Amino acid sequence: MEAGARAERGFGGGLPAWALGLIPLGLIVVAIGGFALLGGPGLGERTGPPLEEVAVERTVLRPGEIELTLRNDGPDPVEVAQVAVNDAYAPFVADGGREIGRLGSTTLRVEYPWIEGEAYEIFVLTSAGGTVEASIPVAAESPENDVSFYALMALLGIYVGVIPVSLGMLWLPFLRRLGPQWMGGLIAFTVGLLAFLAIDAGLEGLELAAEAPAAFGGTGLVFVGGLVAYLLLAGVDAYLGQRSRAAAGPGAGATGAAYLALLVAIGIGLHNLGEGLAIGSAYASGALALGAFLVVGFAIHNTTEGLAIVAPLRDARPSPGRLVGLGLIAGAPAILGAWIGAAAFDPSLGALLFGVGVGAIARVIVQIAPTMRDSQERLLYPVSVAGILAGIAVMYLTGLLVSA
Amino acid sequence: MSNFSFVPEQTDKGISRRSLLGGAALAAPAVAGLALSRGGETAVAGTNGHGAKHAGHSEFPHATFAAGRTVDHKSNGFHPTELLRDFDYGKTRRLASGRVLREWEIVAHDREIEVAPGVTYEAWTYNGRVPGPTLRAQEGELLRVRFVNASEHPHTMHFHGLHSALMDGMPGIGENRGGGQIEPGEDFTYEFDASPFGLHLYHCHVAPLAAHIARGLYGAFVIDPKAGRPEADEMVMVMNGFDTNFDLANEVYAVNTVGFHYVDEPIRVARRSPVRIYLVNVLEYDPVNSFHIHGNFFNYFPTGTSLQPTEFTDTVIQGQAQRGILELEFPYDGDYMFHAHVSEFAELGWSGFFRVGDPSRMTAAAAASMYCDLPWGKGSPA
Repeated sequence: MEAGARAERGFGGGLPAWALGLIPLGLIVVAIGGFALLGGPGLGERTGPPLEEVAVERTVLRPGEIELTLRNDGPDPVEVAQVAVNDAYAPFVADGGREIGRLGSTTLRVEYPWIEGEAYEIFVLTSAGGTVEASIPVAAESPENDVSFYALMALLGIYVGVIPVSLGMLWLPFLRRLGPQWMGGLIAFTVGLLAFLAIDAGLEGLELAAEAPAAFGGTGLVFVGGLVAYLLLAGVDAYLGQRSRAAAGPGAGATGAAYLALLVAIGIGLHNLGEGLAIGSAYASGALALGAFLVVGFAIHNTTEGLAIVAPLRDARPSPGRLVGLGLIAGAPAILGAWIGAAAFDPSLGALLFGVGVGAIARVIVQIAPTMRDSQERLLYPVSVAGILAGIAVMYLTGLLVSA
Repeated sequence: MSNFSFVPEQTDKGISRRSLLGGAALAAPAVAGLALSRGGETAVAGTNGHGAKHAGHSEFPHATFAAGRTVDHKSNGFHPTELLRDFDYGKTRRLASGRVLREWEIVAHDREIEVAPGVTYEAWTYNGRVPGPTLRAQEGELLRVRFVNASEHPHTMHFHGLHSALMDGMPGIGENRGGGQIEPGEDFTYEFDASPFGLHLYHCHVAPLAAHIARGLYGAFVIDPKAGRPEADEMVMVMNGFDTNFDLANEVYAVNTVGFHYVDEPIRVARRSPVRIYLVNVLEYDPVNSFHIHGNFFNYFPTGTSLQPTEFTDTVIQGQAQRGILELEFPYDGDYMFHAHVSEFAELGWSGFFRVGDPSRMTAAAAASMYCDLPWGKGSPA
């Protein structure tokens, strides 16, 4: 005991705690600064040609012009020298300058008489002779980002988010007619729906991450987003749970049901944020023909999400206002997502948001799964398994309508 | 020689100062247009419509590099416009037998060159230039080429012509006598007769062959017939390309190395006077190359080994190492494009213009009707 205490005092014993905390930090700063000032002693010159890694973040088509936004993803600066469209050099101007520093970006406006419906392969030739390639599978004029465009995106968000979710919630009276023995199955159905959404969002996020610059995390962003969302929701849940326990016991059952519905709505809302983002960016880049069929497909697909929200409310008596609120929480983020996707689409941001959706849904599943337990406290029993499978099957089948 | 007797009389002769002034009012819009594009980079950007809304086609007369930057020929150490008419006759002396001995020294260097504005390429060169010097001799002479390898890589000079195996510049043959593959720091003297007359080429033959050729180790080799050829404005065009990202496909195509160079600086030729083009294809990675000329026809002498043309045409196709002599005259003033009729190559740099006549002696309106305005004012070598 005595020896231990003395040893403690012997090693910086006289210093306050904050100083002990700062000293290593200071040494790190000095070491790194010295290393940088001396030019990395012992490492020698880096060998080999400069590494050029450039990602094409965004492609916009206007009459007679193709606009490319490039992001330098590598360790060295890159200088854009020339641009060729379909194997023909074309004049261009670089709005952000031709030289792109590390993690910097520039926008090239290339003068080219592109023709609607044709495919284009573009290569950007750097000063070192390297090439950065971009492809436009089907050329179509990109929408102008004006008020009517944002209105259109809002309408799109309402069509694929708010309306179908709200319609789905109208199944509530029907659910009430079902006997209590159906409750576990309904929750299981919701879990199935959510599981499908999580997988779907995860795959979309990974797909986006593949085109995002690796310097910003790439694939890792999906996982980081998922983890952060899961932990945040868990934290919020713990905090709210503490408060509701402290508040009062009576009516706790209804509060619990309303609370579960809210969680489901939040999870679905975060998923729809990512979905709106994907739709908005696909539309803005011309990759998505906004056919009525596709919108109908999304609507049917998302109607099931409304069902998932009201499933926990079978025995509760929520006010109409609360139901509208739940619908908006779940559906309205699609509008926001469409705006972000269309206006400032960035694959890194997209990957992160999809990750957030996955994490949120995972947390919601963990949260509501216990309520599907049967009288023997089993989580998986014939009815619940059938419910989960039915949920996945419904999402899969309605998802076929939107496989654009 | 080709005969252009079918050519009608030119109509825009004798533009006087008076008619130039008189035409000024009428030609005002055209003058304005020319002045804009003449005024340098910013003005060129203006007329090109950068930043302005416009329909693409009219502002996009042909593929070109971005405005505002040109290749630094000084730093390259060679200028395609000068290289065009640069024939290296070497040094001669008469041997006791009365025969002419012609000698050159060729040094291989590694050198970074700019092959398109802003795009550099780690080239391997003969005498610091790509293509290497156009060696020119006369049939029957004795030729000696002292080759010094100052590159970091082994090289040779492999001539197309009649010679012994030792003089073939072929790795694996003749190393025991100092020949074959020439290692860095070594040298070797190739000796052979100038035969047969015609248009030939030389290039490095070290493996990997495609890489050694694509890096820039090639040049034209002209052997004049004993009686010589008729007087003409002679030029050398080596059709080449550069695989700048080393993916075994070329990013830049050209004649004489710099993409679109003769668009920026049209080749000036006199109307109705004979022009002779020594055309060699050294292009690596693509199976064929071609040469096509606008508004004109030429007599074609494949490999230049016969004095009788085989064809009167406006397009020839050449595989790698194929070459031929083109003889033609330009019947009209104006700018005439020449380019690979592999359109992809044309739009990736292998295009140029012949400028026949002198636009500065015409009214702006007359000039605008026959000279392209894009390269206008970017300067000629004068």
